[in-house]
Amino acid sequence: MAQTATTPKGMTFGEAGSALAFAALGFLSIIIAAKAYTPEYAFHAYLFAAASVASVFVIVNRYYERPAALPPLTINGKPNYNMGPVKFATIASIVWGIAGFTIGLLIALQLAFPSLNFDTSWLSFGRMRPLHTSAVIFAFGGNVLIASSFYVVQRTCRARMVGDIAPWFVVLGYNFFIVIAGTGYLLGITQGKEYAEPEWYADLFLTIVWVTYFLVFLGTVMRRKESHIYVANWFYLAFILTIAVLHLGNNATIPVSIFSPKSYIVWSGVQDALVQWWYGHNAVGFFLTAGFLAIMYYFIPKRAERPVYSYRLSIIHFWSLIFMYIWAGPHHLHYTALPDWAQTLGMVFSVMLWMPSWGGMINGLMTLSGAWDKLRTDPVLRLMVVSVAFYGMATFEGPLMSVKAVNSLSHYTDWTIGHVHAGALGWVAYISFGCVYCLVPWLWNKKELYSMKAVSWHFWISTLGIVLYISSMWVAGILQGLMWRAYTSLGFLEYSFIETVEAMHPFYIIRALGGAFFVAGSLIMAWNVWKTITSAEAAVEEAHPAQPVLVAAE
Amino acid sequence: MPAAYKFFAEFAQTWGLLYFVGVFLIVLVYALAPSRKERFDAAARMPLQED
Repeated sequence: MAQTATTPKGMTFGEAGSALAFAALGFLSIIIAAKAYTPEYAFHAYLFAAASVASVFVIVNRYYERPAALPPLTINGKPNYNMGPVKFATIASIVWGIAGFTIGLLIALQLAFPSLNFDTSWLSFGRMRPLHTSAVIFAFGGNVLIASSFYVVQRTCRARMVGDIAPWFVVLGYNFFIVIAGTGYLLGITQGKEYAEPEWYADLFLTIVWVTYFLVFLGTVMRRKESHIYVANWFYLAFILTIAVLHLGNNATIPVSIFSPKSYIVWSGVQDALVQWWYGHNAVGFFLTAGFLAIMYYFIPKRAERPVYSYRLSIIHFWSLIFMYIWAGPHHLHYTALPDWAQTLGMVFSVMLWMPSWGGMINGLMTLSGAWDKLRTDPVLRLMVVSVAFYGMATFEGPLMSVKAVNSLSHYTDWTIGHVHAGALGWVAYISFGCVYCLVPWLWNKKELYSMKAVSWHFWISTLGIVLYISSMWVAGILQGLMWRAYTSLGFLEYSFIETVEAMHPFYIIRALGGAFFVAGSLIMAWNVWKTITSAEAAVEEAHPAQPVLVAAE
Repeated sequence: MPAAYKFFAEFAQTWGLLYFVGVFLIVLVYALAPSRKERFDAAARMPLQED
């Protein structure tokens, strides 16, 4: 079955096929660059050309460097895991995270002190804001999800990842998409859809990367040695599959020309709005929730050394979350042209979502039963447990805000920003930090992190940052909402809009301070990870030799 | 067009609802059946196993 060293060396189908495909893409990109309508688009075409040529070079070079046989699936009966792409995505997530948090801090400061855009279009809020959201959600969060999913699927299936070039294509291709998206925003290329700003050519490329991701993940699940598919893999699979469907639906655009970055969406009017928020809310539900719940279901039991509290609850959690989230999007369109029944449907499903959300939260927290003392001694576990608590808080607040009466006060105010950051900083970033702190010693075969004290500092500094952020935004948002709806005794609006903007100033400064703390925490993490990889003590054999290994007789 | 809309809306609000409730009941039976207790208890420990 396994190839032996005597096999004559030849290019695999994947190597030859991808080298040819990249050569063709490079050729096409050069033609597009030459005939592009705008210099910005030509720049992107040159980036594609350069990346394609580099890919051909790397693939061919890698072929000449490698031994004749591909890496074996198992070594001495143990799975020969492919962790190279996982390592890359882990480091990429830290780099993008710091970039994304810092840009967030910049735009928070711009809201308090508008002159900080330095009068250049490049640094204007309108371009920096999508750069921030995409950097933190897709670049930071996405790399954590790719890294952890490739790690977890291999470990829980006890099988080497499928594919030789494919996993690298997923990781590098995804990060290349981020570069295209981010530089596009800076240059003013956007299709103006929230969380789906990249234009058609970037979307097409991401589709290819994402389908490859799906196939690699699914192929690895199908190669599993365990009969049962662990619940984390269900969550990852739902995340990958649903994001693919959402991406295609919300980016059904027709480009003006292959030489133009501009495209038009096929949906019109209120249908477009509904599709956009079907996409937008399920990006929250399946990217920022399902994917990170998969992290929760693997890394918390692993770190606490306790089994999942209730596996049955995890199954019910999974299916009820999947069933309900997909309907909640219309709550972003209360009091708009969207039909009333659709708004009510969105509201009702959002309120019902409370149940699976809290079921999942309880399952995550109760996994610590019998190991609560570890919260005191292990700051990494503390990060993850606090993240689950924030998940509970954000998923309590969300349904509340989706109720039409509450939404009439909260919508378009900073309360929404506070809510989103309770989820994004408290839940998504904290579970990601916990995941990275677990993964780094495991991947680089180290006994432990370089400094647990630094993890503790990271935890407390960023927790203080989150508290400053969300409490200032609550006050700002409710104040804003109340000022907007205040009438005088004669029936006139009591405040002009600029008066509400002035009233926000102190809260915006507090928010920026919170953001600065969060950035500081992430820098501590980067330092700690760097020191762990370069100088921490190596693990004796396996990263976690907790149980004796039973090797099946052959 | 209005007739098609009415048809699809009614279908979704009746059979669609029943279909989802039915599938969800199957999930509940699958998750809660006592016969699967041992299997799920073993699955809950999957992250803890080492190679």
